[in-house]
Amino acid sequence: MTFDHNAFLIIITGALIAISCGLLGTFLILRRMAMIGDAISHAVLPGIVLAFLFSQQREGIAVIIGAGVLGIIATLIIDYLSTKIKLQHDASIGVTFTWLFAIGIILITLFAGQIDLDQDCVLYGEIAYIPIDLWILPNGTIMGPRVLYVALINVILVIFFIMYLFKELKITSFDAEFASSIGISTGIINLSLMGMVSYTTVSSFEAVGAILVLALLVVPPATAYLLTSNLKRMILYTLIIGVFTSLIGYYVAYYINGSIAGAMAGVSGIFLLFAIIYSNFAKRIIIFSKA
Amino acid sequence: MEEFIYFFSFKDPNIVLVVAGISLLSISAAMVGTFTFLDKKALVGDAISHAVLPGVCMAFMFAGNKNPYWIVLGAFTTGAISTYCISYISTTTKLKEDTVIAAVLSIFFGVGILLLTQLQQTGNAALSGLDHFLFGNAIAIVWEDLIVYGFIASFVIIILLVFYKEFKLIIFNAHFAESVGMPVRILRFVFNSLLVLAVVTGIQAIGVVLMAALLITPAAAARFWTNKLHVMLLLAVTFALFSGVAGAYISYVIPKMPTGPWVVMVISFLAFISFFFAKKKGMVSRWYSQRKYQKKIHMDHILKTLFLHWEKKQQGMTQGELINQFQGKASTTRQYINHLINKDHLSATEHYITLTPSGFTEAKRIVRLHRLWEVYLSKYLNLAPDHVHDMAEKMEHLLTPDLEAQLEASLDYPATDPHQSTIPRDHDV
Repeated sequence: MTFDHNAFLIIITGALIAISCGLLGTFLILRRMAMIGDAISHAVLPGIVLAFLFSQQREGIAVIIGAGVLGIIATLIIDYLSTKIKLQHDASIGVTFTWLFAIGIILITLFAGQIDLDQDCVLYGEIAYIPIDLWILPNGTIMGPRVLYVALINVILVIFFIMYLFKELKITSFDAEFASSIGISTGIINLSLMGMVSYTTVSSFEAVGAILVLALLVVPPATAYLLTSNLKRMILYTLIIGVFTSLIGYYVAYYINGSIAGAMAGVSGIFLLFAIIYSNFAKRIIIFSKA
Repeated sequence: MEEFIYFFSFKDPNIVLVVAGISLLSISAAMVGTFTFLDKKALVGDAISHAVLPGVCMAFMFAGNKNPYWIVLGAFTTGAISTYCISYISTTTKLKEDTVIAAVLSIFFGVGILLLTQLQQTGNAALSGLDHFLFGNAIAIVWEDLIVYGFIASFVIIILLVFYKEFKLIIFNAHFAESVGMPVRILRFVFNSLLVLAVVTGIQAIGVVLMAALLITPAAAARFWTNKLHVMLLLAVTFALFSGVAGAYISYVIPKMPTGPWVVMVISFLAFISFFFAKKKGMVSRWYSQRKYQKKIHMDHILKTLFLHWEKKQQGMTQGELINQFQGKASTTRQYINHLINKDHLSATEHYITLTPSGFTEAKRIVRLHRLWEVYLSKYLNLAPDHVHDMAEKMEHLLTPDLEAQLEASLDYPATDPHQSTIPRDHDV
């Protein structure tokens, strides 16, 4: 196969998105908040649509702020429903995100003529169009694919976030009581993590859609979690799996002629399957043969 | 308005079809959802509803059209596999259940999207309706769909009613069910199959993305009105039915509107009303009764303070002195003093606030309960006298006359509390 410039751009963008999602997802699953990730990835939709309507542009900072705000609001509503209203936690999640997502879909349908967003894009993004959606400076210089820059900025910010708050994230994930005893507020760490998840969701939204972000948030870290019990190694494995998911996913989609984001989710599932087989069977065989 | 009358007069056989279909599926989803909600498995329903998509697409690839028999078969197959995956992975690996649900949901949905986009590329003409499986289109229900989906929904409803007792027992006390020899594993399998079937009935009218709401939200709303399972089922069904028909009506009036989101909007609205305004369990009524309780406590404290002051000095307190006893609560204290004057528990003369005879009796009762409880704690729990005050502070508001009589009897009518203060009784002066 010859080197395909467009394929390279798509794979790189996919890998960058997989990296930022995987980094945040690691902490989500350690905190047993995987389904909150699901909720946020659905709930940012009305924020995106409203910001889109008001700012009339897709690439603006307004869209990111709108989505970020909605993501945090969703977290707060879930929290409010389960602690103050005393609705059981899983139902709080289910009620909140289906409601917000429904609002988003209704808004999209109502303003279908005014915004360049459709239900398909919401569901699985348009990563295949990345190479033709270019960032062009006012003087006409072509800087390259716009979404690639968006993903790059996202990755850099996520890495800074994780490095800056690594200790806090780690302690609050493993021992919330100890964390609060040494003066780390679990609530604030939680909210900032949710804020980053919302931001990452929206920044990846154009490329992979709202629902498939979840696959990248949860599946690679879950796979890594089965392979190691060391946090740093888990992060490393997550990153490696994320990059390969993007690479293989692209070619699967290419041969089947379907959505790249969908293929990435499928490929991540195959990695998970291998990890499950490894952790359920191979380990036992290794132990058995040693004994 | 004309459309409204036309729709609900059911003159149009197509509308009857649509309403019948969506009613049956709403009923079965709400019933199954109530059980999954109580079993704390609400989000499994979400995973299943996403996981039927690959099955739908494969059925379409296989049959080449939207034949409901194949669609149902495909959807049921992948839905059932996903349930199996969730329980297998979460019982055999160290992954937590919510992680597994999220992973299974997104992987299956991703594969579904991959197949769906592949189908769209082939440009099959009959495909135009396949998108409707994402967000639902109740108006597109035709006779054949109604037969298939309606039959399944009725089947789910009937089986649930037949095994009502068994499912109830499994959800509330699985260990007991096992110990009386119920085939718990088989029943769970049957129930999981019903859950998948209930989801499958919704794919045409509600869509796979939002079908979860029809399982979770009616049950969540109903939970706030009752503690009884059969009432909860009835309420959940009513809520779901109302929102299902409302959603169908909206997508009839605005043809471009997908049905699913509107059904979800209506049911969520009903749920939020329930969360806030339900009798007893709703936010507002809980807040109100909490406030009422706090008010009672504060008024008890005002009466008690006056009584204790009287015990020492045989006279009333000035309003300023009394308010100073409650630092930072001056305005509420003033308000409650007026309230107590209105209730004829207090009287305000020029200088002093004093207890009226009825207020005196009430204050005496509170102090008596406090001191009796202190005696009880030190006598039966052997607590040191300096440890009993705080607990008695709480109990003085809670003890009923019945308990008071029992306490008096079992403590043999003590004259003093552990701090040697007299326990005041109604017959002494």
